[in-house]
Amino acid sequence: MRLPDKKGHFGVFGGKYIPETLMVALDELEREYKAAKKDRKFKTQLDYYLSDFAGRPSILYYAERLTKRLKGPKIYLKREDLLHTGSHKINNTLGQGLLTVRMGKKRIIAETGAGQHGVATATVAALFGLECEIFMGEEDIERQALNVFRMRLLGSKVTPVTSGSKTLKDAMNEAMRDWVTNVRTTHYCIGSVAGPHPFPMMVRDFQTVIGKEAKRQILKSEGRLPDYLLACVGGGSNSMGLFYPFFNDKKVKFIGVEAAGRGLSTGLHAATLEKGEIGVLHGSKSYLLQDKSGQVKIAHSISAGLDYPGVGPEHAYFKSIGRAKYVSVTDDEALDAFQLLSEVEGIIPALESAHAIAYLAKNARKHKKADIVIVCLSGRGDKDVDMVSKILDSRLRGNDNKRTQ
Amino acid sequence: MNRIDKKFRELKRQKKKAFIAFLTAGDFGLKTTKRLVLEFDKRGVDIIELGVPFSDPIADGPTIQASSERALRRGTRLQDIIKMVGELRKLTDIPIVLMGYYNPVLKYGIKKFVSDCVRHGVDGVIVPDLPPDEADELTAAAKKTGFATIFLLSPTSTAGRIRLVSKKSKGFIYYVSLTGITGARAMLPKELISRVRLIKRYSDKPVCVGFGVSRPEQVREIARAADGIIVGSAIVKEMEKGAKRKDFIKRVGDYVQKLTSALTADREASHQ
Repeated sequence: MRLPDKKGHFGVFGGKYIPETLMVALDELEREYKAAKKDRKFKTQLDYYLSDFAGRPSILYYAERLTKRLKGPKIYLKREDLLHTGSHKINNTLGQGLLTVRMGKKRIIAETGAGQHGVATATVAALFGLECEIFMGEEDIERQALNVFRMRLLGSKVTPVTSGSKTLKDAMNEAMRDWVTNVRTTHYCIGSVAGPHPFPMMVRDFQTVIGKEAKRQILKSEGRLPDYLLACVGGGSNSMGLFYPFFNDKKVKFIGVEAAGRGLSTGLHAATLEKGEIGVLHGSKSYLLQDKSGQVKIAHSISAGLDYPGVGPEHAYFKSIGRAKYVSVTDDEALDAFQLLSEVEGIIPALESAHAIAYLAKNARKHKKADIVIVCLSGRGDKDVDMVSKILDSRLRGNDNKRTQ
Repeated sequence: MNRIDKKFRELKRQKKKAFIAFLTAGDFGLKTTKRLVLEFDKRGVDIIELGVPFSDPIADGPTIQASSERALRRGTRLQDIIKMVGELRKLTDIPIVLMGYYNPVLKYGIKKFVSDCVRHGVDGVIVPDLPPDEADELTAAAKKTGFATIFLLSPTSTAGRIRLVSKKSKGFIYYVSLTGITGARAMLPKELISRVRLIKRYSDKPVCVGFGVSRPEQVREIARAADGIIVGSAIVKEMEKGAKRKDFIKRVGDYVQKLTSALTADREASHQ
């Protein structure tokens, strides 16, 4: 059976756990999305913007030096970092932007963590002439100052969120509150495969362009399907976009990498699928980091884009049926991978994507050399350079000393 | 018959409208909550709505968000709130419903939640992020217990949704006056009265209006069409203002009485 079902459920997960005021907006969105999917003009438009504006198809790059260095499987990188705005988020915002125009709504809002989705939404708002407001946790505004400026430059209003943990979760709360208030004129462009139905389905569909292309590309270069697909999981949109088109290719294994923050045992992490329990947050039932009383815990990750205590419901479903395996790597391991990919391949990855590389660096030797792995390089690291430089600077200076000796 | 149905039947006989007062349980401590419930009972409140604090209250404005955070900082848990109602039951028979987000209830266990509520004298529950579409487990657990599952309608609800919510609601229907989050508003939507009348054409269940209400004249206006009026943020704000004063309970009580007497005055006026 194709999932989600009519009510938006993936097994026991998903659904619409949302204030009554939004129910009609969600129904409208679902109707409009279904109509758009059948509309050849919509598809032509979306394809046009994906190629001529965003720069698709993205390259599937054979990372030869990384492969040699890690002495493990043959590594391909799906270069979503090369897209316009610097991450896979544009795939989704172009789709939802066109839908917003189609619904006749003049205003678009979004939450953002790392700022990648915020920038992608602000960009599309500029492109389609929509009024745009981005909600962003105060802590993330500090961590991602460059992206905040980009959004403002693109003509969007960036509203700091000061409640709760002041990160992505709270930005999403605030965006929901705005949407409840302005639902008649505003579209809420959720940036991940999370939120109430139809968002997990719709965002997944918009992101499957990643996996569809990767499949075509790997068949062309290798003449066969890969053995593993590897991607980081925060809310889970880049990973779902890569995984989903391979769902029926049972021999292709999926590995989702979550943020272990300072270590799973410290409690300071964002490993929702590994350490969370079933719960309801932001409109859907999924795994959730929560305490014994059902209060949502604050997630921790060096990467603002993974710093979220929930996860998309379809990932919860994949976990429950064993279709995907979910693992995690720590902040330090991600930082090492950030450096590794920069040095070895000349590619500076986003800290989010560095988590996927880190898992591979740790486990490469467990794989056969004949294995083929596709890693989704979901975003580029420019936005993180400022913050990472503060941490890595001392390490790099140490290297200089070693080299001169 | 549960206390809510009994209350509405009694009010109907007296041609009265229900005044429903909201406060976050555990805000300034559960002892304060208890004292306020008893005070409100004396001040003409008909039904008490106890907010269950949650870390991510997406339907609430700054006032109730802050009260929820205060209650959580004191470690207020759902189980403590249910037990407190049990203690209150030795002192008052005023109908008490809980209003809380779904995750703490889900975590508590839905069947256990309903049976503990029934055992301790909680009369019903309002879950703002649980539309009837997702509430089968809750309504099944509540069936035949007399425990009221109160669902919400809003200005955007279509005829189909009004029918669904009317069918699934027990106790009363909660009509959200405006598209937005909780919090006092100077102006309520013009179409409020006609919307309430529309819902009442679909349903014989009491319709109570909440969100944004803070002034006696608003209470009077809504009472023209609705069966009850719910005031939340304005009461919480009053609690915030007086929290450190000795006569705290009395001051909040005075404020609440201003609102409840708006209903009494209206009734007297209409009798003249």
